[in-house]
Order: sequence, then C-alpha cells, then structure tokens
Amino acid sequence: MMDSTRFLKRADWIGIAVLALLLVVILPLTLDIFRLNLVGKYLTYAFVAMGLVLCWGFGGILSLGQGVFFGLGGYCMAMYLKLEASSIENTKIQSTPGIPDFMDWNQLTQLPLFWQPFHSLTFTVLAIVLVPAFFAFVIGAAMFKRRVGGVYFAIITQAIAAILTILIVGQQGYTGGINGITDLRTLKGWDIRTDSAKLILYFVCVACLFGCIVAAQFIRHAKLGRILVAMRDKEDRVRFSGYSVANFKIFVFCLAAVFAAIGGAMFTLQVGFMSPSFVGIVPSIEMVIYTAVGGRLSIFGAVYGALLVNFAKTSLSESFPQLWLFGLGALFIAVVLVFPNGLAGIWRDYAQPYLDRLLQKRKTLPARWNDSSVTDGAPAE
Amino acid sequence: MIIGYQPPDFLLAVEGLTVSFDGFKAVNDLSFYVEENEIRVIIGPNGAGKTTVLDLICGKTKATSGSIRFRGQELTTLKENDIVQAGVGRKFQTPSIYDDLTVFENLEISYPRGRTVFGALAFKRDAAVRERVEEVAEMIFLKDRIDTSADLLSHGQKQWLEIGMLLIQDPELLMLDEPVAGMSVSERVKTAELLQRIIKNRSVLVIEHDMKFVEDIAHKVTVLHQGKILSEGSMEHVKTDPKVIEVYLGH
Repeated sequence: MMDSTRFLKRADWIGIAVLALLLVVILPLTLDIFRLNLVGKYLTYAFVAMGLVLCWGFGGILSLGQGVFFGLGGYCMAMYLKLEASSIENTKIQSTPGIPDFMDWNQLTQLPLFWQPFHSLTFTVLAIVLVPAFFAFVIGAAMFKRRVGGVYFAIITQAIAAILTILIVGQQGYTGGINGITDLRTLKGWDIRTDSAKLILYFVCVACLFGCIVAAQFIRHAKLGRILVAMRDKEDRVRFSGYSVANFKIFVFCLAAVFAAIGGAMFTLQVGFMSPSFVGIVPSIEMVIYTAVGGRLSIFGAVYGALLVNFAKTSLSESFPQLWLFGLGALFIAVVLVFPNGLAGIWRDYAQPYLDRLLQKRKTLPARWNDSSVTDGAPAE
Repeated sequence: MIIGYQPPDFLLAVEGLTVSFDGFKAVNDLSFYVEENEIRVIIGPNGAGKTTVLDLICGKTKATSGSIRFRGQELTTLKENDIVQAGVGRKFQTPSIYDDLTVFENLEISYPRGRTVFGALAFKRDAAVRERVEEVAEMIFLKDRIDTSADLLSHGQKQWLEIGMLLIQDPELLMLDEPVAGMSVSERVKTAELLQRIIKNRSVLVIEHDMKFVEDIAHKVTVLHQGKILSEGSMEHVKTDPKVIEVYLGH
C-alpha cells in the first residue's frame, strides 16, 4: 500500500537507470557526433510524447495539436538566437542593419515590438515555458469549462495547429515564413554549431528529459495521477466526488504544453533552426504516433517510442523516401489494433514476466514489485 | 402539495421545480421538503421522474425553473462539484466507480481533502486517510479486497464500493438511486443492514422499488407520477391511498 504513493518506486529507479545507461553512456560512446545529434533531435520529441502520456494516456484528453506548443517553445528559442545572430556587425550589408535578415528582405525597417524582449535570455527562458502554458490555459479554459471533450477537442486542437501554421507562413516578415528562422549561430557568444557544442547540448537535452521524467512520475504517483485516470474512466463520478474536472484537465493540458515547449526549445538549439513544418497537423499527429507506439500509459515508453519511430523514420526515409509515410500509417494502425499498449505493453506482457521468472529462479523470492504495479492500476513500464 | 408552508429548519427545500426536455416536462412544478435526519423514499412507476429529481438536486441536470435550497443555499446555480462540497452526495443507479483503480484508491479519491489541482498534487496518504479508508472498507464488506482493482468486483460489491465512496465523503444529504437493484437476496440483506448503519445522523433521499425495503427504512414516502407528487406521507398513508394503488402499487 505504501509504495504506490512513494515519490519514485523501485521500478521507476530501474527505468531511469536503464534509460540513463543508454542515453548517457552507450549512445555517446558508440555514435559519432552527427548520429548523436540526431538522437538528441529525436529526444526532443520524447518531451512531447511524455506530455501526451499524461494528457492522453492518463487524462484521456487526445490533443492533435501538440506541434503548436513544440513550435511555440522552439520559436521563442529561435527568436533569441536569431537576434543574437543579427548583430549590426553581422548584418551590415542589409538596408536596415541589426534586424533579422528575413525582416530586411520583407522591407521591415525596425524590429517589431514583440521581438524586443527576446534580446534577454532570462525572458526567453521564461517565455519558453510561460507562452505555451498561457496558450494551453486559454484553449483549455475555453474548451473544458464548456465541457468540450473527446473527438471535438481533438479536432479543435488540430484546427489550431493548422491556423498557427498558416499564420506563421503568412506573416513572413515577422516570423520568417515557410523557411522558418534559420542561420542561428551563437548562444551568449557560444557557437552552437560546433561538434563540442552539439555534444554538450545533447547532454543538456538528456538532463532536461530526466527532469521531465521525474516530474511526470511524481504527478503519476500523486493523487492527481489517480484523479486523471478516474477522470478518463468516469468523468461524472469525479465531479460528484467534489472535484472540478475542468481545472484538472486544464492543468494536465498546460503541463503537456510545457513539456512540448521544452522539447521545442531543445530542438531549435540542437538542430539550429525552427520552421512551421514542425508546428502543423502532420507533425502533431506524428507526435501522437510516438506516444501510441511507446505505449500511451508509460512515461518511459514514450521516450523509447519517440526514439524508435524517429530512428525508423530516418533509416527508412534514407532508403525509401516515397514509402515512409505509408509505413508510418501502417505502424500506427498495427499498434492500435494489435498492441494497444504499445512497446510498454509488450514489455509488460511478455518480457517482464520472463525476466521475473529468471529472477525468481535465482533468488527464490517472489518478485512482488511487478504484481503491485499491475494491481495499482497504473501499468508498469 | 404544501406550497407556502415552509418552516425554517428544513435541510432541503425543493420548490416549484420544473424541468422540460424539448417541451416534455419530466418534472413538473414539484415541491417537497426534507428535514434534518429524515429518511425520505421516493417511489413511483417508471418514467415518473424520480431519477431526474436526484439529477436536478445534484446538478447533473439544470432546472428549467424553480428552486432547490440546501441549508438556505440555492443549488440550481451551483456546479456539481460545489454541490458536493456543500454536503450533498449521490449514488447512481448503475454502479459508478473507477474501474482502473483499486478499492483503496476509489475510496481515497472520495476522501474529502485535496480537492483542488494543487491540493491533489500535495495530497499525502497519511495515517488519517489510511485509517478512514480501512474503516469504510470494513463497513462495506470489502476489507479483504482493498487492493483489488475495482473492475474485478461483482455487481453487488461495486454497489457497496460506491456507497462506501459516498460514506467517506460524509455528506449531510445522501441520495441513493436504487441501492439494492440487481443484488442477490443475501446481498440485499447485507445492504439493508449497511444502509441502516450509514443513514444515522444524516438526511437520506432514496429511490427504491423494493417495497419491503422501503417499509423498513422510510420515515416518509413521496409518490411521484408523471413528474408530479401523487401522494406524500407515512408508508401506511401512501399504501392505502387509492390513487397510489391505481397507478403504482396495484400493478
């Protein structure tokens, strides 16, 4: 009884240790910096997928617009980096030096007002978290207080993703348009394009990821996590137990948005640009697929799902560029039909019982941990 | 009907309550009063509007007109969770529990503490919570199944669990919609015993068809028919009312 409310269970520590071994030791030792940078890029999607585990897997709120928050975080970061890259020195050939190059191409003669605060790194870091949280709060409050949910909510989030893409593409002079914000160079004078910077950024990304994993596990094991599950099952009963369902939904939606935004910001730093192609409907749906493949009830599953699907995407699209999207669609259908709990479900149903039997033989002690993690309603990792 | 008569110490005062679904008045100008510690049973034929009355009181359905006052507080404008916090608890007709959670967790969620978002984040499963949950689990005959996932319980056990969830909420007004429906005979006996124990020191509003059960517990019976009160009073009074015999008991 005690263990299900403890901050981190033993199974969580093992999960974190295994993931840390993979991300901190094995991958950096075996991959060259180009491949490691790619893994770092994949991991930025793991943030989004983890947010979706809480929001969709636990809370039952399917958002098909997480690209919006990924993009907001990414664009906030990109705006700061772009301003630093657009010093008067660097842009002296422009007709208006000191503003980003795409603004100059679009006949803007001064920096728009909303760009001004992005000169400050402190403001940028705050904005990466607060802007998406605010957006999610407004969307969530408007929808959940009116009890819009399920498919309708999913469609609306998708529409918002489409709207934001159109807005970014249309307002070329302010946003960089379809090309996005490119040619990012330095962070406080530190060149982010070098190999050593990429290595450091990879580790920063991994550190942020573990921070988010711990936060997500904390929420899962808190009473809030159980209320989310209860809400997914019987929304009305939760109301009649005295909880404001809308407030809980808004909270978890905002949290998922913040996770996505941190991922977006890490994406910009590691990949070196941000564009509307990471904001719209297609990337948003891909993010849901990472979560479904990993297992929508598993926080660790989300990380592995994001890694695996992206890894497959890269290798397949290198060899069969035309077929990749069909493959992705087929994968999603297969997962939903055959393994509704994704990789984590496969692990729990096949691999873990096998491991338990092996361990039991050796120790002859019953492996109680795995039993309790099944009966407490939250599927094991 | 006793319109206009309204002593100040009623726990629940329902007056002129009407709800209309596309012109059909499921509840039509209904007025009744429940006193402190009173056990009131609502009976009536199918479609009489019994469940709708409970829906209206607990906020699940919004009234078209009329008022529901609980300790002088108007409930018709409140949200469901605020009505619960005011002290009204509701058990649904079909067991409404959280299937993916254990019996313990089901009861714990109903424990009246940490009901805000951040309250739920900071909520600690301390000794007080654990003791209360175990105490209630014992009362509802589920002590040895406390770590069982709720979807593995039998129908009767699910009903008990929901009663337990209400009990831990400790409402001043308890509303039960057919608490013994679908139960085996032995479960019925146990449930009646359980209800006798938990209805002490609070007001209860029960919908039930089992007349034996009604006779056992009711202080006062209200007979509904087509959204209106057909008869109201003691069980003896209601049983001998010719109108009631015609539309309900006679069948």
